[in-house]
Amino acid sequence: MILYLLCFVLFLVGLYGVITRRNLMKITISLSIMEFSTFLFLALIGYVKNGVPPIVDPAKPDVIYVDPLPQAMVLTAIVIGLATTAMLMAVIIRIYRKYKTLDIREIKNLRG
Amino acid sequence: MNPLIPLFVAVPLGGAFLTMIIGKFLRNANKYIGMTVLLFLMVISYISITGLSGNISVYKVGGWEPVNGTPIGIYMVLDSLSAILLCIINTIGFLSIVYSFTYIAQYTSENYFYSLFCLMVAGMNGIVLSGDIFNIYIFLEISAISSYALVAFGVEREQLEATFKYQVLGGLASMLILIGISFIYWKAKTLNIADIKAALGTNTAKSFYIPVQLLLLSGFGLKAAIIPFHAWLPDAHSSAPSPISAMLSGVLIKAAGIYVILRLFFNMFIITEDMAMLLTTLGALSMAVGVLLAIGQWDIKRLLAYHSISQMGYVVMSAGIGMILLARGTKPEVASLAIAGGLFHLINHAAFKSLLFLNAGAIEYRTGTRDLKSMGGLAGLMPATSSTSFVASMAISGIPPFNGFFSKLIIIIAAIMGKFYFLAVIAVIVSIVTLASFMKFQRYAFYNKEIEKSENSPKEVPFPMVFSMVTLAVLCLVLSLIALPQVRDVILTPAIRILTDSQLYTTSITGM
Repeated sequence: MILYLLCFVLFLVGLYGVITRRNLMKITISLSIMEFSTFLFLALIGYVKNGVPPIVDPAKPDVIYVDPLPQAMVLTAIVIGLATTAMLMAVIIRIYRKYKTLDIREIKNLRG
Repeated sequence: MNPLIPLFVAVPLGGAFLTMIIGKFLRNANKYIGMTVLLFLMVISYISITGLSGNISVYKVGGWEPVNGTPIGIYMVLDSLSAILLCIINTIGFLSIVYSFTYIAQYTSENYFYSLFCLMVAGMNGIVLSGDIFNIYIFLEISAISSYALVAFGVEREQLEATFKYQVLGGLASMLILIGISFIYWKAKTLNIADIKAALGTNTAKSFYIPVQLLLLSGFGLKAAIIPFHAWLPDAHSSAPSPISAMLSGVLIKAAGIYVILRLFFNMFIITEDMAMLLTTLGALSMAVGVLLAIGQWDIKRLLAYHSISQMGYVVMSAGIGMILLARGTKPEVASLAIAGGLFHLINHAAFKSLLFLNAGAIEYRTGTRDLKSMGGLAGLMPATSSTSFVASMAISGIPPFNGFFSKLIIIIAAIMGKFYFLAVIAVIVSIVTLASFMKFQRYAFYNKEIEKSENSPKEVPFPMVFSMVTLAVLCLVLSLIALPQVRDVILTPAIRILTDSQLYTTSITGM
């Protein structure tokens, strides 16, 4: 239970960062923290107490395996997270070239 | 096993790949590859909607058959609701890509444009076809990442700012969706939508249901830009190049937002009255607030973007009314009518809102401005643009005989028959305010002042752009035929049956 709670705390840390930070880079980092708390949660779901890695061994029929599906899902989600982070970084570099700043308070052409 | 189903995802993915390789060596190959891919998809989407006749066909990726009746492979499901969405996506996609032939020539690196466009279409087709929630998430990200890149395609200050905002909110939405999915997997130990419904059953605790539903609703609501989550939409949709605005507003918010909300709330969760109430309230709120925000806008594309929020409100509200009536178990025929109105409006909105964005793009192409105050008198100079935008404006404000009138009428009639008089009144008022706002658009853009015809005055846009706009204008008229019972029975009724019959979707998929 304590692990799930810590996971949730990590998510909230990320959310707090996204909402309060003014630097584009720090917003991206906070978003990544949120992402990883979600991945951690997904990985925890598949864990079974005293479970072993899910490689079936016919010699030992009565061992408990952990659920492999969330692990596959986490791997997929990490790849997607990498793509979004890379995309955000590319946009931030472009923004820096145009505006010469990373402060979100000075990047506000769009209003209304 | 329907062999057409995987083609909807595989062909645009292959097209995106080929565009990048062949486009490097052959000039103009990119356009033709993109157009061929979308034309092919459009044709097979029509084949699939006519050949379906109310059945559900399933494609099991990799041929993994169910074990003891439990589906284990990846399922791609083509039912009547997905078929409608596929037709919308691929038709609007084809017309937008034809429009881009001359429009995108003003930008550099066209290869990337066509490649990303194909990727976005692949993602949306995938969302609509996938039968399990994790694949919905994956395809959602494919379409979202390519749309982030396409919004920033001009790499000017505004585009970059809009795309940053869009990406941060989009990333937040993805996280909410992923957490929702992991909660569902935790409880149900399966990802297949039909199987989840069977596994969760009717006696799952409310304390589990409500947080999960709220997580998924806020995640997909962010994608659909329902009102408390709408902040990114006006920026992103107005900054993108016009054919992309037409795709985002006309298709992406429906495929990635509304469609998934409908699918999950009708086919995966048990319909509860409080959730239905919440959905109806959010819909009515988006309808009213969206149009009020739109009325003060002077930038054409921002005005249109706010109207997208408002018109999507109609769809969400009518789906919500249908859900309330289904949850109460009274008047099932009124519930079907409300959902029919919502789906009909979804189809119509794709036609007229894409047309309006293409018109805005045509005006920007010739005059170089999006500010309504600094244009005017274009009616005589750009007759095709002017007349098609008149058609679209009438359609969106619900003037007969255009399609918007019939769908709004069905929604209002359903609201009255279900005794939601307040919602009916709001729907009528919003429609009137929409009319006022589009009168302003027509007057300031096309009339208001006289421009002498001269060498430098704006002239009509090139043929590919005119072709797309005229086709969509004709569609705006033709789509009103769906109101006729004969056509409705082919297109809308099977889709409504899948949504309203709580067991049909589950039994026909787990039974295969």
